[in-house]
Amino acid sequence: MSNAPGKEPVAVVGIGQTEHVAARRDVSIAGLVREAALRALTDAELTWADIDAVVIGKAPDFFEGVMMPELYLADALGAVGKPMLRVHTAGSVGGSTALVAASLVAGRVHGTVLTLAFEKQSESNAMWGLSLPVPFQQPLLAGAGGFFAPHVRAYMRRTGAPDAVGSLVAYKDRRNALKNPYAHLHEHDITLEKVQASPMLWDPIRYSETCPSSDGACAMVLADRAGAARAPRPPAWLHGGAMRSEPTMFAGKDFVSPQAGKDCAADVYRQAGIADPRREIDAVEMYVPFSWYEPMWLENLGFADEGEGWKLTESGVTELDGDLPVNMSGGVLSTNPIGASGMIRFAEAALQVRGQAGEHQVPGARRALGHAYGGGSQFFAMWLVGAEPPLS
Amino acid sequence: MNRDVAIVAFGQTGHRRACDELSEVEMLMPVLHEVLAATGLKTSDIGFTCSGSSDYLAGRAFSFTMALDGVGAWPPISESHVEMDGAWALYEAWVKLQTGDADTALVYAYGKSSPGSVRDVLTRQLDPYYVAPLWPDSVALAALQAQALIDAGETDEPALAGVAARSRDAAHANSHAQLRGPVPHGDYLVRPLRTGDCPPIGDGAAAVVLAAGERARELCGRPAWIRGVDHRIEPHGLGVRDLTDSPSTRLAAERAGAFVRPVDTAELHAPFTSQEVVLCRALRLGDDVTVNPSGGALAANPVMAAGLIRLGEAAARIHRGTSDRALAHATSGPCLQQNLVAVLEGDPR
Repeated sequence: MSNAPGKEPVAVVGIGQTEHVAARRDVSIAGLVREAALRALTDAELTWADIDAVVIGKAPDFFEGVMMPELYLADALGAVGKPMLRVHTAGSVGGSTALVAASLVAGRVHGTVLTLAFEKQSESNAMWGLSLPVPFQQPLLAGAGGFFAPHVRAYMRRTGAPDAVGSLVAYKDRRNALKNPYAHLHEHDITLEKVQASPMLWDPIRYSETCPSSDGACAMVLADRAGAARAPRPPAWLHGGAMRSEPTMFAGKDFVSPQAGKDCAADVYRQAGIADPRREIDAVEMYVPFSWYEPMWLENLGFADEGEGWKLTESGVTELDGDLPVNMSGGVLSTNPIGASGMIRFAEAALQVRGQAGEHQVPGARRALGHAYGGGSQFFAMWLVGAEPPLS
Repeated sequence: MNRDVAIVAFGQTGHRRACDELSEVEMLMPVLHEVLAATGLKTSDIGFTCSGSSDYLAGRAFSFTMALDGVGAWPPISESHVEMDGAWALYEAWVKLQTGDADTALVYAYGKSSPGSVRDVLTRQLDPYYVAPLWPDSVALAALQAQALIDAGETDEPALAGVAARSRDAAHANSHAQLRGPVPHGDYLVRPLRTGDCPPIGDGAAAVVLAAGERARELCGRPAWIRGVDHRIEPHGLGVRDLTDSPSTRLAAERAGAFVRPVDTAELHAPFTSQEVVLCRALRLGDDVTVNPSGGALAANPVMAAGLIRLGEAAARIHRGTSDRALAHATSGPCLQQNLVAVLEGDPR
């Protein structure tokens, strides 16, 4: 690289999120985002004045009916007089937003950055917001489930995975959510039988294997090395982060295991010096909006060989007390304010390596992966965070 | 200490009132091909790609995903998108190059205002609880700002007409402009603004290529080095702002180093004549500075691309050797709420 001075280490020093629910009728959009931001500032023991810049992300503006809402949210997020960036990369946006904020620190443009992602889905109907017909494009059918169900079916055919694997994921994630006070769904009476008996929505995806529609926000304070040294609680250190995109559809696209996802993970592992992700990563927060995406992403991210991902799920490896816990927080299956869902994955990964995940903490987690995807399985954003500062 | 990054290529569409026969992708593709051809780069050579556009103009969610087809994102690319004017996409790409993760970046932006009523569409940017329900449109809000400026004795209607005439006269030399040459100053659209004080409504796209260090010199005879770039936002509520001033522009300019030495050229994103007056004051631009030699947003204002075009136009003058140090400005939001300033320089001749 020509005249590149080397990157500044990036630390997560504050994390805050709202209690995610179906409808937050008690707060405005500004009130919702401010709640998460204040919690992140409180966690970092910083004030608005300590923040140099704000990077905000959310999914389509139609979900709230506000065009470029960051303009209206500048005051609520203490951004007046500061730089404010608004990222939108479809479902991966929560992750991409955190990565853009991290770049501001890594590139030594700013020392302390507030990043936040939100969705207040009760303001509209997201499923139909995603179902607009586009001339000359293959229709997305009814909501995201209609788009992704055939790819789940393709995975099942390709791997011969038993029909029950999806329900195992949902049963696990919904039980994990019971240990997460911020999760939207707290189904105390959940049983595997109930998941398997729930109505079929988009064959083979059942109602209980589908993400909810949530109102929520998630915020993080990112800081440079000096900021990390002042932090009152252990920071999470960024060891690798990347985004990859590919077109929505084209001849030869592998919807089951997209190349962009593989490339993105490989880039993150290279930056972090990870040779064997299954052995070297202690916990994973991955974007699983429909249950079957857990085994699919386990393969795409290199935690299992092709065709083997479902075996990890089936054998309990991805349970909270398993060898490779996945979605300890309950995941997207338990909480889905779409624009924030990626950032919640990133933040939950950071909580794990900070040892602050509470009841859903993986004991001794040192390295955790946060993962997000969006669009037609085409946008990927990932970061790997660790309890120790990066070596370089 | 920033890494040296330059704009090495710029392309834009011929901006038109309506491109009904072209999709956003079809409108964008020739521009992408133009900047790639100018640098000899292929999509796979580009280290980072970033774009700016708006779902509200396109009228559907995730509209930017289709533009990826035009980029040709295969094999997969490192890519991001801002729901902002392309000037902020350029900023994100500049940050990416600062990290050293990439040496080149492709930045593009596009917007078609023609399918809807852009004056009404932009009201959806306003506070959704207290202001948007009243549907105050973009021209009405700009007129409030213009009247405040006149009331403060900072300008008058003939001076605003002068800004309009100078801009469209300058656009004579700009083959991409939508309005060129004498344009009747017209009747009041919203008093005190006449049609001539307002930007044309149109469709368009633009793209630039950024490169760092020696790579920039390989790709461009005279790179337009980004000596500084910064952006700042102001409160959203118009009632708590002094509309005759633009403190966010001034602060961004300070941070970008604009006041260290005078610039010879300024490309200002001022969709309304009155906003150019505000910006020139905030930036302390003297009579010796050539303002908007392209004709500015008064000659072509493709929403979401018009800010990036200011950066591109300023860079192109440095490429051509008609400027040595230029200021480029982009704005977003009602009455100049959010502003970006970049200072561009060419190597000594």
